[in-house]
Amino acid sequence: MANDTHTASAPSGAQRALQIAYMGRAGRGMLDVVADLRAMGAFLLITLVVALRKFNTASEVVHPAIRAQIARAGVALMRMMALLAAALGMVVVGQTVFLLSRYGAETYASAVMVSVVVRELGPIMAAFLVMIRVGAANVVELGTARALGEVEALEALGIDPIHYLVVPRVLGMGLAIFALTIYFVIFALCSGYLFAFIEQVPLTPGQYFSQLAGALLWQDFVLLALKAVCFGMLIAIVTCYEGLAAPMRLDDVSRAATNAIAKCVVGMVLLDAFFMLVYLVI
Amino acid sequence: MPEEISQSNGPVVEASAVSVQRMHSRGVAVEDVNWQVKAGEYWIIGGPHGSGKSSFVITMAGLRVPATGVIRHFGQDLAQLSEHDILAQRLRVGFVFKNGGRMFAQLTVAESVALPLRYHRNWTNDEVNAAVKALLEITELTPLAGSTAQDLATGWQERVGLARALALEPEVLFLDEPMAGLEGGHRRWWRRFLDELCRGAAWAKGRKMTVIAATSDFSYWHGEQCQYALLKDGRWQPLEGRPNAPEINELVKS
Repeated sequence: MANDTHTASAPSGAQRALQIAYMGRAGRGMLDVVADLRAMGAFLLITLVVALRKFNTASEVVHPAIRAQIARAGVALMRMMALLAAALGMVVVGQTVFLLSRYGAETYASAVMVSVVVRELGPIMAAFLVMIRVGAANVVELGTARALGEVEALEALGIDPIHYLVVPRVLGMGLAIFALTIYFVIFALCSGYLFAFIEQVPLTPGQYFSQLAGALLWQDFVLLALKAVCFGMLIAIVTCYEGLAAPMRLDDVSRAATNAIAKCVVGMVLLDAFFMLVYLVI
Repeated sequence: MPEEISQSNGPVVEASAVSVQRMHSRGVAVEDVNWQVKAGEYWIIGGPHGSGKSSFVITMAGLRVPATGVIRHFGQDLAQLSEHDILAQRLRVGFVFKNGGRMFAQLTVAESVALPLRYHRNWTNDEVNAAVKALLEITELTPLAGSTAQDLATGWQERVGLARALALEPEVLFLDEPMAGLEGGHRRWWRRFLDELCRGAAWAKGRKMTVIAATSDFSYWHGEQCQYALLKDGRWQPLEGRPNAPEINELVKS
């Protein structure tokens, strides 16, 4: 009887082989993730070193390219960002204020809004918008340039592809997401008040904005800026890495784009979690 | 130092026991290349399709590292140079890629040609524009200055690649099958232009350029100053004298 129980609970040879296969696959997956992280870390370091060492080199070419990236990832997306901020502001901020006022807890509204809009919604919405509109295009552009040999043509002309193609994107997207985040916060908070005003919440604009000002700490400004810039650099590094790092054919470009977007999303969630820990610690 | 070498008629490009790695597949394309190119020489490197001509010229131009051996440009071993010195050497060597010269898709013809000047020369806009205008004139691209790669046929894109490579006034020009797939008019233009480059064109103020071109069809080339070499079955074979075109084409095919 005891032997029967033992036989029933022990895995058969086939089950054990399956378990080993799963573990092997999981192990290979983990190793791939580590290798990817290491390669992207190296790519980021090279980019930062090139950006610092060559900031004034070929400024006639690189500085306009940075401005073009800011225009593409920032200015061009402002209208869409404003619309998104207004809609989300009404939904999130307006409803929060409205609900809190029903229970006489308007005084907590500012703390909730700072936490939701300034710390979370602003940077992540700006980053998602830029990732979808510009990040995917980045991979396609750079991947196509790589597949058609344009990157090698740049090298033949003595032009450093990291300096000419990657640095403007990293700096431009970092600054653009920072600017878009600020606009998002302003639009969301204003539209939120508009919704509360329409719902006849007993809160004057003066009270509303002074509550907000009181709830904001200096750390919020610093971490907001850091978080937005980090999101921008993350998207730029991942998309440039996926587009440029490995030799590719034209058929590989779409796969590289989807890979890059998936990695950006995971990276942004992890980065967001890291900043949440920082908020909790300080 | 490099100027001294090029002036003193020493080799501008030198390969010692070089093996060339294939670009798009594993394995060695050509082995044991020992070759010297002196300033002003005009070399035509022929070989059948798949013989490794592109890998060979790209490696000899210093754009890829050889599998084994030493490549020297202007007397300096490329493997021993610092990043700064590699850049300095690279600006003395131009390269024209095959199949349309790899024109930058995002830029117009004029922007493509201006890019190396804006990147490397501390010139004013007027100086850059004047240099671009001159380059477009000599390559007959002036009417196409505002066009992008999508608007241009391969033959014209190849000329953009040439104008772009000439922008920095290199001393040595590598070309990877510049006439492949071009119709007769374009081919005649290229032949005349490259002959002029070697003899010292008036627009280059008589400065002679060293030209090294890969081809899969020797019959395109008749320049009297040309020297020929063959890449076949992984071997490098300089050809003595100037064999006539049918003979060389037979060598390539056999």
